[in-house]
Amino acid sequence: MAAIAGRGPTDSTLRVVIRDFRLWVLFATAALTIVDVYLIFVVAPTDQVLGHIQRIFYIHVPISILSFLGFLVCAVAGVGYLIRRGEIWDRVAHAAAEVGVVFVTLALVTGVIWARPVWGVWWTWEPRLTTTLILWLIYVAYLMIRHYAPTPQQGRAWSAVVGIIGFVDVPIVYYSVQWWRSIHPVQVIGPEAADDALEPIMARILIFSLVAMLALFAYLLLERVALRGTEDAVSVIRRQGTYD
Amino acid sequence: MRLLSATFAIAWKDVRLEFRSRDTIVSALIFGLIVVVVFNFGLNRAPGSLGPAAPGLLWVAYAFVGVLAMNRAFARELEQGALDGLLAAPVSRDAVFLGKMLGTLAFMVLIEAILLPVFAVMLDLPALSPVLGLIILLATIGFATVGTFFAAIAAQTRSREILLPVLFFPVIVPVIIAAVEATALALQGGPMLPIWTRWLPLLVVFDAVFLVICPWIFGFVFEG
Amino acid sequence: MSHASSGPSAISGVGLRKDYGDRSVLRGVNIAVPSGQIAVLFGANGAGKTTLLRTLAGLSRPDAGDVHIAGLRMRRSGGRARDLVGFVGHQTLLYNDLTCRENLVFYAKLYGVARPERRIESILARLNLADRADRRVRTLSHGMQKRLSVARAILHEPAVLLLDEPESGLDTDSVASLGELLQDWSSSGKTALLTTHSSEIGQAWADRVLTLNRGRLVEQTHAHRDGVGANDASNADPASG
Repeated sequence: MAAIAGRGPTDSTLRVVIRDFRLWVLFATAALTIVDVYLIFVVAPTDQVLGHIQRIFYIHVPISILSFLGFLVCAVAGVGYLIRRGEIWDRVAHAAAEVGVVFVTLALVTGVIWARPVWGVWWTWEPRLTTTLILWLIYVAYLMIRHYAPTPQQGRAWSAVVGIIGFVDVPIVYYSVQWWRSIHPVQVIGPEAADDALEPIMARILIFSLVAMLALFAYLLLERVALRGTEDAVSVIRRQGTYD
Repeated sequence: MRLLSATFAIAWKDVRLEFRSRDTIVSALIFGLIVVVVFNFGLNRAPGSLGPAAPGLLWVAYAFVGVLAMNRAFARELEQGALDGLLAAPVSRDAVFLGKMLGTLAFMVLIEAILLPVFAVMLDLPALSPVLGLIILLATIGFATVGTFFAAIAAQTRSREILLPVLFFPVIVPVIIAAVEATALALQGGPMLPIWTRWLPLLVVFDAVFLVICPWIFGFVFEG
Repeated sequence: MSHASSGPSAISGVGLRKDYGDRSVLRGVNIAVPSGQIAVLFGANGAGKTTLLRTLAGLSRPDAGDVHIAGLRMRRSGGRARDLVGFVGHQTLLYNDLTCRENLVFYAKLYGVARPERRIESILARLNLADRADRRVRTLSHGMQKRLSVARAILHEPAVLLLDEPESGLDTDSVASLGELLQDWSSSGKTALLTTHSSEIGQAWADRVLTLNRGRLVEQTHAHRDGVGANDASNADPASG
């Protein structure tokens, strides 16, 4: 494995770290998730106003936060790739964007499921929801761009620059949508979600859920990075096979 | 100052080419008109003017026309491989970026200036003001900066017509929001304060951020 | 006459590698062309000739290795190395809706050519385009466009000229005058590297013949023009080292 990897020390060291820790992270994720499901559906009290639907919030909030983490990692690794040029940076950026898109998709879906009974509509142009949708669009474009590039090198560089531009755009999008919303208030039918007064037990379960989802995030990231590493190793073998 | 002279040489060359071929100007103007006509059927279901939707329509039309213009601007560089000529020349990538961006900006502002009175009649816009001019300029700088950057990527692919809007529109959302809101305020003659405290600063911040970032990472777009 | 030069090579590439996914295009190419020589690069289609030429022109970034032009490092000299190179590609690198003169004026600005009007006049005359100077490129014949693309490349009097299959689409007369131009070019101490499929051109023009085979520069021999014995196979494959 190390013989074919041969792209500098950082690369192969990281590859070994990823291989060794992936399984442990998988076990941790599985254990944490099982406990999390138990906490959410059995331990957590039923919300007096919203009912059972409120439980979706223990998943929705952590994955929304973690999708931002994914895009942060993507942008930082993108800068790393442009400066350092190691393919490992690109693998991390790509994997982080993939996990980010999966999480942000789930955040949108859970948001819609939540909105229907609570707000009376499937979709509402509420600032956080709107920002999340635009984020989703930006990072779907990020994942597309690589496949349009004439060469893999260009695909990596293009991804990195789109990841950087997208991430820089996020706060500007957020503030613009926030201000826009403040002059066009959302039409909310049904009870307003008052999520300010959170019971202590709910808050603790939320934090546990965040940790569980973080483990899932880390596992998916490592798995994708490792897979890309293997794909690149296969490419190296193919290249050698072209001539020798 | 080789940077400045190269920047203006590239921008001037683009402006000259636009006027020489003329097909882009004409098609951009017609396309802008078509957008308004089509949206009219989509939105204007009660008799009368489009009213509150007018500023939005104006900017949707401007954004669509902008995408068209930016696609053309880079398509021209690839027609006979002139882009290679630019990149092989001893000018920095910043100069290439700024030159292409300025050329696009000049072209778009021209198109917008021609379309504005037409739209004013069709959309029944009230009095046009200098503030509106400032809004259009700042928003178009944002369009041209981000658009030129993405057009440079899209032009190198086989699907540039679809790729540019997919990259461009999500990123440009803050500019659309700020431009539409500021235009609405400027045209209604209501409270003007939010234009100065919110929407114009937002446009300035957007323009400044991307005018710094885009030239900086522009060179990476051309790594063959 | 031997060209054993001791100073820095006009064109130098060391350990150039370029992979495109599953395919290696350049696998550690070392190339050195001394000043005043015309080197001809042969190779089958897809052997990597164009990639190598684009890499030497600073248009393609190698995955590994360095390019120096007259001792200046391509990627670290802030454009000074690119200033020393003239590039003639498959395409003309011209704007079809500008006139010949406008194209050259534009590129003269990019290269910061001193007294551009005089230079442009003389170069248009040199390439037999003076009477077409104010015609749009689109209206010129293919051969004239090709000549103009050569004019564009030598406008700023570079030390090194890189030409990618310059004979393609040219009639015999044009090829002959291009050959003359290149001979003048090298006798004034300047350097050229061209790719070609024509072995006649290789024989007639080359001080040195290089062959790119399967991503490596496998032959590097002195050609007939110098009378230094062809196909010196013992000199082969400097890259495999």
